[in-house]
Amino acid sequence: MATIQVSEAEKVYIMHGVRDDLRVDGRGCEDYRHMEIETDVVSNTDGSAKVRLGLTDILVGIKAEIGRPRPMAPDEGYLEFFVDCSANATPEFEGRGGEELGMELSNSLYKVFNNRHSVDLRSLSICPGEHCWVLYVDVLLLQCDGNLFDAMSISIKAALFNTRIPRVHISEDEEGGKEIELSDDPYDCMRLNVENVPCIVTLSKIGHRHVVDATLQEKACSVASLLISVTHRGTVTCVRKLGGGSLDPDSIFEMTETGKRVGKILHGPLMELLQKEESLGKERMKVGFLA
Amino acid sequence: MAGLELLSDQGYRLDGRKATELRKVQARMGVFAQADGSAYMEQGNTKALAVVYGPHEVRGSRSKSLHDRAVINCQYSMATFSTAERKRRPHGDRKSSEMSLHLKQTFEAAVLTQLYPRSQIDIYVKILQSDGGNYSACVNAATLALVDAGIPMRDYVCACTAGFVEDTPLADLCHAEESGGGTTLSLALLPRSENIALVQMDARLHQDHLPALMEAAMEACKGLSKVLDSVVRQHLQEVSVQTRE
Repeated sequence: MATIQVSEAEKVYIMHGVRDDLRVDGRGCEDYRHMEIETDVVSNTDGSAKVRLGLTDILVGIKAEIGRPRPMAPDEGYLEFFVDCSANATPEFEGRGGEELGMELSNSLYKVFNNRHSVDLRSLSICPGEHCWVLYVDVLLLQCDGNLFDAMSISIKAALFNTRIPRVHISEDEEGGKEIELSDDPYDCMRLNVENVPCIVTLSKIGHRHVVDATLQEKACSVASLLISVTHRGTVTCVRKLGGGSLDPDSIFEMTETGKRVGKILHGPLMELLQKEESLGKERMKVGFLA
Repeated sequence: MAGLELLSDQGYRLDGRKATELRKVQARMGVFAQADGSAYMEQGNTKALAVVYGPHEVRGSRSKSLHDRAVINCQYSMATFSTAERKRRPHGDRKSSEMSLHLKQTFEAAVLTQLYPRSQIDIYVKILQSDGGNYSACVNAATLALVDAGIPMRDYVCACTAGFVEDTPLADLCHAEESGGGTTLSLALLPRSENIALVQMDARLHQDHLPALMEAAMEACKGLSKVLDSVVRQHLQEVSVQTRE
């Protein structure tokens, strides 16, 4: 992963700051950095979102394609994740350098998002056992400054909110063969219910405390992190320990509590923002990378 | 022309442009803080991001380094969602390797590499949305990113495509025009000296038409160079105001 070198003195400085609940950039232990969210930035996708969290920059594009449902769940569609660690983020990712990290990230996203409790997969079904919608969620890392998971989950939630899938009409001919017709009208579309889509909160243990939204510098000081995915009700849907060090059960319990609290608070403003942005409709100035 | 009428009798193209008209160009420099130089470029619906790292020590094997000039290392990739049909891999296929090579050649002609012996300059470009003229959008974005990184160049490198339909050269083709089956000429120009950094043409064309097509592409490149220049000047103005305060 994109990492930086931090000297011992700097580490001590950062750790003392965290002990006193005042981080290097002036935040408290449970504060996020400044976040910018914009949806509908790539017009040839079915849904897209761009999120900037501090210096971490992420672009998500979702494309819906018709595919065959998985044999285990014939009446459900599914999501496919791909994380592209582009060389734009850091020269380390050039060539095949980013593939390993990309695989690790996409596997975690798959675990968090591709289940019926997070996304209503039944609504993606077209014809049970034969056809379903497959949502290809492609995440593009443009700049890495720590806390990739949180930024990715927020941008995926925003992009899913923005996704519009064309409605299908199934007609049957005399021999019982089915024909799928896509609606031509761009306004005749299906929206996804993103209410239960979780957000990921990554907590990094620094010294005896843990912080939310660690920068690369802070990450270098932390022994291990805990990834917690939380829904808007505060239900924890996935917990994962990341990093090389070990955590004792007590601190895992504490971190889960913090994660639940922070995650629950995160959903409200996010949904409010997305709804406000959508209500502006066509009058909204599209900014993208031009600001 | 089969199917689509690329140029109407009144002289308008599919998207309502005249034959020599360019698409709307918007650009911004200094998009990312971590890279040494970065730029974002929109040409119509084609959107490209370019990032420059360096000049720095040669990474990997030392044998690549040149004793008298800098190595230029380019990587071209396309976002998997950039095209109408989803791509499986962002880079590494034959088309993008070829594109990387073309970009490398283009910028070797423009960057003053002899100022940085035994070092390396990385140029990474990414297409976020593709609607024809990917190569030219990448070159223009990379030029701005190199300027942002403060790497000395002979001149701006401006690139544009041109096509030939019904005896008329068309400047700056969109995807529908490119895939129409006609000739497409990509040209990268150093506008002040009018030297050509790269020229490439697929499909055949009568020799008599070639000068007219080249002329159209060069004219379009010169138009683009004015836009790039204004973007650079505006960026400098903004930055100098910020630093004064």
